[in-house]
Amino acid sequence: MEQTIPDKKINIKGLVCPYTFVKAKLAIESMEVGQILEILLDYEEASRSIPKSMEDHGQKVLKVEKVSDTDWVLQIRKDKD
Amino acid sequence: MDFTDDQLMRYSRHIILPEVGGKGQAKIAKAKVFIIGAGGLGCPVGYYLTAAGVGTIALIDNDTVEMSNLQRQIAHSVQTIGMPKVESAKKTFEALNPDVNVVAIQKRISKDNIIDLIRDYDIVVDGSDNFPTRYLVNDACFMARKPLVTGAILRFEGQVTTILPGDGPCYRCLFEEPPPPGLVPSCQEAGVLGVLPGVIGGLQATEVLKLILGKGDVLKGELLMYNALKTTFRKVRVPKNPSCPLCGAKPSITELIDYNEGYCAM
Repeated sequence: MEQTIPDKKINIKGLVCPYTFVKAKLAIESMEVGQILEILLDYEEASRSIPKSMEDHGQKVLKVEKVSDTDWVLQIRKDKD
Repeated sequence: MDFTDDQLMRYSRHIILPEVGGKGQAKIAKAKVFIIGAGGLGCPVGYYLTAAGVGTIALIDNDTVEMSNLQRQIAHSVQTIGMPKVESAKKTFEALNPDVNVVAIQKRISKDNIIDLIRDYDIVVDGSDNFPTRYLVNDACFMARKPLVTGAILRFEGQVTTILPGDGPCYRCLFEEPPPPGLVPSCQEAGVLGVLPGVIGGLQATEVLKLILGKGDVLKGELLMYNALKTTFRKVRVPKNPSCPLCGAKPSITELIDYNEGYCAM
């Protein structure tokens, strides 16, 4: 798979919904259209809900990957300001 | 704006909304709203705007809390009977959200002080219970170019409209002059369902937040009427009156008027 270098990374391990999405959304808001946000998280539900909510908000989900027993990495491209 | 962890939690349901987000919440935090009256309407308007995190909320009212207020004026309590209403409400709002700067002004609003009082605020909310104040506030907001969200309640009926400076009708386009004293009964004479100001005040607070956020459609050029007995909402279009004595082409009202004689106290 092609490797994408994110413009910003956040670690939201330890957070649960809705703060996972709140943090992810604030991070996306602070970025420019076209930039990529990488999110490291360990709350399983958020590995599904963040991509869904981001798509609802008009952003592009590039990657949802389980990287260990506990952690997921998401990559989101900001398509909409 | 950098949010504290407490603020992230407090405003999370706002931040999640696409129409609000962190940027919208920051706008709310910077906003300054001036509320006239700390009674039936002023209490829920101020309470919800406090919960929403509006940065500065001023409240003006000259009255003290009485037992008969408690059926509808939700910021007051048996503990604050006898206290100035603005102080009682300030206490309640600060307990709900310490982020908010509540400015309590225990004064009667008049043609001599209103322009100075509202000068530094972004939006004015009229929650007064009498016609002299309603017209004074309308005229002052037109002259000072402040958006005004006005509400009124009586018995089982309430109404709301939003007046934008230089854009659409003003309150005098709707009703040129106040009715003669005694024609329209006051809540004191006619009664009011206690929950009614909650509905109307909630609508006013919603209008204020949309103005702050710049999202959605406000009740510009429209009067929303609610009948609590029938559970009906009716929206009536209000055209701008080209010969309005205040905002028309040839205005006859060029300074503020106190209509107080003949009306009962606020």
